[in-house]
Amino acid sequence: MEKIQGNVPSVLVHDKDSAKKRTKKKFNVEHLLLGSIIPAFLIIAWEIFSRLGVFPSYMLPSPSVVLGTIIGLGQDGTLAGHIGITTYRVFAGFILGTIAAVILGSFVGFYQKAERLLDPMIQAFRSIPSLAWVPLFILWMGIGETSKITMISVGVFFPVYLNIISGIIGVDRKLIEVGSINGLNAFQLVRRIILPASLPSFLTGLRSGLGLGWMFVVAAELMGASQGLGYLLVLGQNTLSPETILASIILFAAIGKLSDWLLKIIETRALHWQDRVAKL
Amino acid sequence: MSLELRNVGRVFNGIPAVTDVSFSAKPGEIIGLLGTSGCGKSTLLRAISGLDNEYDGEISINGKTSKMIHRETGFIFQEPRLFPWLTVLGNVTFGLTGEKQEKEQLGKQYLEKVGLSGNEKLYPKQLSGGMAQRVAIARALVTSPEILLLDEPFSALDAFTKMQLQDLLLSIWKAYQTTIVLVTHDIDEATYLCDRIIILRGQPGEITKEIKLEEKRPRARGSKQLAEIKTEILKSLDLNKAVDLTTV
Ligand SMILES: Nc1ncnc2c1ncn2[C@@H]1O[C@H](COP(=O)(O)OP(=O)(O)OP(=O)(O)O)[C@@H](O)[C@H]1O
Ligand SMILES: [Mg+2]
Repeated sequence: MEKIQGNVPSVLVHDKDSAKKRTKKKFNVEHLLLGSIIPAFLIIAWEIFSRLGVFPSYMLPSPSVVLGTIIGLGQDGTLAGHIGITTYRVFAGFILGTIAAVILGSFVGFYQKAERLLDPMIQAFRSIPSLAWVPLFILWMGIGETSKITMISVGVFFPVYLNIISGIIGVDRKLIEVGSINGLNAFQLVRRIILPASLPSFLTGLRSGLGLGWMFVVAAELMGASQGLGYLLVLGQNTLSPETILASIILFAAIGKLSDWLLKIIETRALHWQDRVAKL
Repeated sequence: MSLELRNVGRVFNGIPAVTDVSFSAKPGEIIGLLGTSGCGKSTLLRAISGLDNEYDGEISINGKTSKMIHRETGFIFQEPRLFPWLTVLGNVTFGLTGEKQEKEQLGKQYLEKVGLSGNEKLYPKQLSGGMAQRVAIARALVTSPEILLLDEPFSALDAFTKMQLQDLLLSIWKAYQTTIVLVTHDIDEATYLCDRIIILRGQPGEITKEIKLEEKRPRARGSKQLAEIKTEILKSLDLNKAVDLTTV
């Protein structure tokens, strides 16, 4: 079911990885234990070496210090604000990008004229690395929320758009014929056959898009922000405190994973009818 | 509903698949299309249904000539073509309109007729090939179409189920006086069900023979008359010669 992915390789790898896990649902607990042996070992080793003074603490603070930093941020009440604003930006950008992708993608997928008219242009835009837009967006919209959210939605747009189109184009002609013989009109064909049939591809697009959203929020917040996890990165750099940077990285990883996990649950629920093993 | 084909042919990318097929069916008649693989039987059915409208010649239904899809036609395809996201019951009731409860009740009735009651909630991925085909058969019959086009509907089924479903088809024909065009490879099936058997041969496919069966239904399977007709069909298909032609 992996069709067109975003143009960023990390997203592709990520998705394949989760597809692999799907087949091993039964061994989930065993899987989890097995998968955490090496990380646990590394963290313990890191802690020990830091305490022994092998890693200088101004370069690589120990895991307990990083954890302490996160707890400290939580206690002085700023953590929730940082997480909240970053999540809000990703969420808003994700929604906007998805809406744009659904509208343009369905147009281009359904109408050949729209495809000829719009698709070459969108494909040309796609070949521009999306981060290259940043200076222009800042110039146009300042460094406020608007430019950040716009940037994130640009990142989300492409994987969702491409997957919608490939989903619509890939609908089995034989199923559409069953609809036609049952007297469905164009609108009913879309609602009853094309939409459900292209749902798997759309959801793949959403997950890729969300991954890119998290990547773009880092870039957007690095450009200038007074709050957010990306701001913590800059703050850590400027105040020479690697524990703040590491705390931010860990929070990014955790929230990113959590949001992907939520989408994955939605995906599994919505696509329970799929004959997965045969498709993998 | 009556059906008439006048000089129907179909060319795919410059290569003719069938040429010059003409026949007509009175309302309530059962026509069998018999022929070797690749002689254009599915192509003809698609043309009649209106799914394909790039054929030559004319096809009229109830005297009206049109290349549009006719609302009252039902089609059982060579493959089940179930919607994977719908349950068995959802698939069967797909073509029905009206209240949900009524639709489901009717759907259940037909599932029982094809021997699948109790499987309403399964998804297509959980079905065997024969079960899937029976769901597809129920889906086409449940709308009680006036013209029924069947493309080897029973070929994926075991002999016993096959006979049951042939009788189901006949009971539906009896109740609704459905005009049926049945493509089949099974000569016994054709002689058991059809009023007329049209034999196609060659590449491009052409009508080589038309056999009329006067015997009233229900017919006795394996009766002498049917056996005689079977011999006649085998002769006109001239299978030995056909094999020679393909091996040369
Ligand atoms: N969409 C298509 N494009 C090109 N050629 C086609 C197409 N559909 C059918 N044909 C050709 O038309 C011929 C008849 O095909 P058709 O499917 O009607 O055969 P058939 O009589 O139904 O065979 P079978 O008994 O194996 O189902 C074949 O030679 C096939 O290659
Ligand atoms: Mg065929």
